Amino acid sequence: MKHLSEYRNLEATKHYLNLISKKATQTWNIMEICGGQTHSLVRNGIIDLLPEKVRMIHGPGCPVCVTPLSLIDKAIRLMEQGVIVCSFGDMIRVPGSKKSLLQAKADGGDLRILYSPLQAVKIAKENPNKEVVFFAVGFETTAPANALSVLHAEKEGVTNYSILVSHVLVPPAMEAILDDEFCNIDAFLGAGHVCAIMGYEEYMPLSEKYRIPIVITGFEPLDLVQGIYMAVCQLEEGKREVKNQYSRVVKQEGNIAAKEVIQKVFKVGDREWRGIGEIPNSGYQITEAYKHYDAEHKFGVDNIKVPESSVCIAGEILKGIKKPNQCPAFGKECIPANPLGAPMVSSEGACAAYYHFSNTELV
Amino acid sequence: MKEHTTISLGHGSGGLMTRELLDDIIFKAFSNPYLDKKHDGSVVQFDGPIAISTDSFVISPIFFKGGNIGELAIHGTVNDVAMCGAMPKYLSLAFVVEEGLDIQEFKTIINSIKTTAEVCGVQIITGDTKVVERGKGDKIFINTTGFGAVHPKAKISADRIMTGDKIIVNGNIAQHGMAIMSQREGLEFESTIESDSTNLNFITQKLLDQFGDQIHLYRDATRGGIASVLTEIALDINKGVAIHEKHLPLDRQVAAACEILGLDPLYVANEGVFVAIVDEPIADDVLEMLRNDEKGTNACCIGEFTEEYPTKVVMHSGIGGKRIVSPLIGEQLPRIC
Repeated sequence: MKHLSEYRNLEATKHYLNLISKKATQTWNIMEICGGQTHSLVRNGIIDLLPEKVRMIHGPGCPVCVTPLSLIDKAIRLMEQGVIVCSFGDMIRVPGSKKSLLQAKADGGDLRILYSPLQAVKIAKENPNKEVVFFAVGFETTAPANALSVLHAEKEGVTNYSILVSHVLVPPAMEAILDDEFCNIDAFLGAGHVCAIMGYEEYMPLSEKYRIPIVITGFEPLDLVQGIYMAVCQLEEGKREVKNQYSRVVKQEGNIAAKEVIQKVFKVGDREWRGIGEIPNSGYQITEAYKHYDAEHKFGVDNIKVPESSVCIAGEILKGIKKPNQCPAFGKECIPANPLGAPMVSSEGACAAYYHFSNTELV
Repeated sequence: MKEHTTISLGHGSGGLMTRELLDDIIFKAFSNPYLDKKHDGSVVQFDGPIAISTDSFVISPIFFKGGNIGELAIHGTVNDVAMCGAMPKYLSLAFVVEEGLDIQEFKTIINSIKTTAEVCGVQIITGDTKVVERGKGDKIFINTTGFGAVHPKAKISADRIMTGDKIIVNGNIAQHGMAIMSQREGLEFESTIESDSTNLNFITQKLLDQFGDQIHLYRDATRGGIASVLTEIALDINKGVAIHEKHLPLDRQVAAACEILGLDPLYVANEGVFVAIVDEPIADDVLEMLRNDEKGTNACCIGEFTEEYPTKVVMHSGIGGKRIVSPLIGEQLPRIC
């Protein structure tokens, strides 16, 4: 675990922070797409160390935050029908329209917290008389494992397993943000782990079309300050390209084997994003060949629709157009224990960060 | 008794089976003049102020690397009494056992309690055993209440904390929580991480002998970890807390496991870690005394109380940044992103 020391080195980080300060001659708004990057920026206090001219805008890259209310309600409906629902940990406290998965468990539902969907297939094998559903949320990063669980179940002849899919894709979300007439983003830090799977070829036309630098970036403090520096350099020098800071992990073509697994089980389709709404071709759906592993189809819950809060301005916050304290519901009916929208859900969402830190300068 | 291999409802009936269970296992293990009277309760004598603390222990799995629920039930309450600046002397011990628990497992837990109590220098002077139907408990729940005489020099109270007071922890954090996580169903991973479950009564008394009222507060950093202890105190006394990431004592393997599972070690449970908040001038001497004791070899001064950021805990990161350590809302959940 050398990464825990080498990429958290004080002197090296300071070096890049100095370079950023020297390079930036005007205000630049840089959006980090991925929730993991936001977490690292907050956890290591990097936002505070950046020069005032460089503003980080937290993007919509937390899969838990952007999972729509209706999907959570569907998972809860399945639990109420006696299905064993398996989920990643941070999904379980996010409220649906009436309650969270955790509350549904307290009401008698069977909920299991797992780190891998393959464990859910094992649970299905151990409980042949029960239906087992894995709540497959995430970006492209978790898609190969979720797809693999379906292939694994098929190979093992496990028929009581299916997945509730809420997979979203990064490039369409970036395009939706850039298409907004109020968008003021000057550069993106691309999501390192997503690109480890997908590569970064699909970002090249995006960078060209919108004339915007995209730097594929890792998650350690040194990765982030170096990625930010690479973005500032391009902006200051008038360049608009895709660059790869995270080359120790990301290859241009991505992980070909993982992409093949995704393509077998998933196809690109429209997806609803909490706080943003429906974005065309922005997510994965299960292909016809594997339809019988689609929990929505299997249990007939595909018709559950829930409207998002009408006062919440999450969309504008996720796009970096407004600040959380410009929302009428902020800190009143919308608080971390009772979030109305995506950015208040996760602790590093922009609204939750403002809520926790608003009486200090550490915003 | 010999024919039973598991605990059954009859063992909690109050009848002959209960008597057998008590005589053959419990009284035999914990025999002392108070318990031997087999009365409804015990009468004890204390001179001066006494500290009392109670705790219930529910944990899955009940046997884990570095300990079991019995040992935990003694350490937990002994340490809570010790945090009041008192030397624990007597304990009550109550079980709620789920029907079907293996008698051998029960005996192992009892033996563990016996050994641990002896090491801690406490006597079990009263107790209770109930059995609930299968499915109505999680193998075994234990409640202990501890009684101890307060150290004559102790003046332990959060309102005595002053700006500039140093925050000292006696050893590596997050060991217990990660040991349990590594063995929890569905999350098993290979590690040699062991629970840090241990008694802190002798070391806390030793510090009081030497430093008396210059020790302002002791807190046991169990559930919710170091972060919960410090955020609670900051809020209660309206002062700020500054802690330094590079001074946090953390085993490499535990740090790696936290990283992989997406958990923050600051919030992970400990069972042998306490926080001492002391007068700034004695901090180095306290550290030296701790480091010369087996319960404090990895002791570190992790931060101090400040006038800045009242009610907040501010972590100074390894790369020179700052962040707020917020109170935990519920249980810490592993992150996927």
